[in-house]
Amino acid sequence: MHNVEALIPIIAVVTDIKRETPDVKTFRVVGLDGKKPFEHMPGQCAMISIPGIGEALFSITSSPTNKEYVEFSIKKCGCVTDVLHAIEPGQQITVRGPYGRPFPVETVFKGKDLLFIAGGIGLAPLRSVINYVRDNRDNYGKVAIVYGARSADDLVQLKEIEEEWKKEKDFSVYLTIDREQEKWDGHVGFVPTYAKELAIPNTYTAVLCGPPIMIKFTLAGLLEQGFEKKNIYTTLELRMKCGFGKCGRCNVGDKYVCKDGPVFCMTELDELPDEY
Amino acid sequence: MKKISLANLNELYSAISANYPLYLPVERAGEVNYGYYEEGAKVRLDVLKTVKSPKDCFFPQTEDLMKFKVEGQKIEIIDVREHAKPFVVMGVRACDFKAFDVLDRVFLVDPLDTYYQTKREAGIVITHACGKVEESCFCKTFGIDPVNPLGDVTVWTDSENLYWRANTEKGEALTKELGDLLVEYQGNAVEEQQAKVNEIYAKLPLASLTTESFKNGDMMELFNSDKWQKLSEACLGCGTCTFVCPTCQCFDIREFVTNSGVTRFRCWDSCMFNDFTKTAGGQPRTTQMQRYRQRFMHKLVYFPQNNEGAYSCVGCGRCVKKCPQGLNIVKVIKEFGGKQDA
Repeated sequence: MHNVEALIPIIAVVTDIKRETPDVKTFRVVGLDGKKPFEHMPGQCAMISIPGIGEALFSITSSPTNKEYVEFSIKKCGCVTDVLHAIEPGQQITVRGPYGRPFPVETVFKGKDLLFIAGGIGLAPLRSVINYVRDNRDNYGKVAIVYGARSADDLVQLKEIEEEWKKEKDFSVYLTIDREQEKWDGHVGFVPTYAKELAIPNTYTAVLCGPPIMIKFTLAGLLEQGFEKKNIYTTLELRMKCGFGKCGRCNVGDKYVCKDGPVFCMTELDELPDEY
Repeated sequence: MKKISLANLNELYSAISANYPLYLPVERAGEVNYGYYEEGAKVRLDVLKTVKSPKDCFFPQTEDLMKFKVEGQKIEIIDVREHAKPFVVMGVRACDFKAFDVLDRVFLVDPLDTYYQTKREAGIVITHACGKVEESCFCKTFGIDPVNPLGDVTVWTDSENLYWRANTEKGEALTKELGDLLVEYQGNAVEEQQAKVNEIYAKLPLASLTTESFKNGDMMELFNSDKWQKLSEACLGCGTCTFVCPTCQCFDIREFVTNSGVTRFRCWDSCMFNDFTKTAGGQPRTTQMQRYRQRFMHKLVYFPQNNEGAYSCVGCGRCVKKCPQGLNIVKVIKEFGGKQDA
C-alpha cells in the first residue's frame, strides 16, 4: 500500500503514449519526481483518474523489474478510458495503489513451466508476469504463450512479442487471430481451440486472462487435457470504487476482488458464487 | 447514576450544545431523523426508530473527499479534511450502537478509512436504552440487549426522569462538564423498567427469530437455494432498505465539476441498484433476484464469515417498516428456517 491516505491519490505524469491497436493505448507513467509512482507485483492494479471525469481501476502491465516507470495498456470502452485516449504526453493524472493480491510469482510459480493464455486486452496483466519471468529467467522453467485477438490489428504489444519474447530462451509464443486476414500468415482460429491443438503438457501451470467466454472454453479445454484446477490461475475484473475492500462493489461471496483478488486460483473460484 | 427531570431536558441539550455540536433525534416535517440541536428544535428522544439511522454522523450520506484544481495538463489536489472537533450524538438505541461496531469492522480495518476514523474518534456517544419496544424489533436475535446499551454514556427515560450513567472516560468528562444539571440518583427506576421491557420483548412476534440456519449453513448451498426467486419477486430495486439500514456501508465515489474546480465526494450506494456492478465489459448481476440475494447473503453469510460470526444486521426493523413491498430480512431469515416455534 502506498503510504498515503487510502483514498487520496498522488499526481503522476503520462510521459509516453503508444498506440497498440485501434482501441488500445499503452500509457507510460511516472511520479512528479520522474521516478516510479509506486512499487508493485505482477497482477496488481491501480486507480487512475483524470479529475472531472472519474476514477477507474486498471491492471499494471509493466513488470516490477522495470525500475523507471509503470505502464498501463488501456482499451477505450467507457467514460474514463475515452478521455485517457484523448490525452497527450505531459498530461498529469492521479494514481493510487497498487491494490490486490498479485500472481504467486515468488512462491507457487517458482521452478514451474508456465503456460500463459490471453485474449485481446487480457494480455495486459499477463505481460507484467511474463516480463517478470524473463527478468528472473533462472527461477522458472519453460514458458508457452498463446495469445489471440479478433484481428492482427488487435494484438497488443506485438513489437515486444516479436522482437523480444520470441527470442527468449525456452519461450514458445503462439499467436492467433479469429478470422483470415491479408498479410497474416500465422494461425487463424479461436484461442481455446488453438490452445487445445497445441497440446501443451498438463504439467504446466496455466495463467488465463481474457473475455469471460474465452476463459470458459479455454478452462474446459485445459481440464479435458488433464490440467488440474490447482494449477490454473486467472485474474478477475469487476466494478470497483475504493480498491481496498470498503465500498462493497466487487464483493463475490466472502471475497472482495480488489483485495482478495484480482488473481484467483481456479480451486478458489470453485468455492465462490458465479457472479464475476 | 445521575438523573435530570424530563422537564429540564432543554437545559441539558443547551448545556451540551454550548460545548459540542449535539446530534440527536429531531422532528422535521413530520419525520424524525438525527439532526443538530438548536434552540426550538423538536427533540424526539422518545422515538425508537428514526427514519435513517445515526450512521450519518460517522459515515455521512455524502461527504467531500478532496478537491482538484485543473489547469491545462496540470492537476493540484486540495485536501479538504478538517480536524474533526468533538461532537455528541445522543439517543442512540442499542441496535444502532451495535451497528457502529459493524461499520468499524469495515472502515477501521487496514487500510484505515481516515474519513470515518476521525469522526469516530471525535464522537461522544450517548446511548438511550429502550423503555418500550415495537413489533418490528428483533435486536435480541443478534445478541443485543436493548435495555442496557453501552457507549460513552447510557441514558434511560421514564415518564418523569432521564437517568444518566457514564461508561467511559469521555463520558465521565462530559458528565463533569454538566455539573449540577445532573443530580445523584440511588433508586431502582432503571431496573424496574428493564425488567418490564424484557417481559414485553418476550411477547413480540419476532422474539424467537434465530439465525441458526445461517450460522451452520453452507455458503454455496444457501446461495444456490431456490427460495431466493420467490423471496425477491416483489422487489422494486428502490434501495430504501439499504438507505435506512444502519449497517449498509456500500458507497460510490463521484465528482462534480464547477468553474472553480472539481470536488470528488463519496455517497451511499446500494447493491439493489442495477448499475451497482455494471461495467463496460458486462454485468455480473443481471436480475433483481441476484441483487436481492447479494444483500442478504452479505449480511447473513459473507460478512459473518469474515468477521468471526458477527452478522451485518442488528435487528432494528427499519427495513421491516420501510420497504414499500413488505420485503425484509425477517422474511429471509424465516424462509430459511429461522423461527423456532413457527
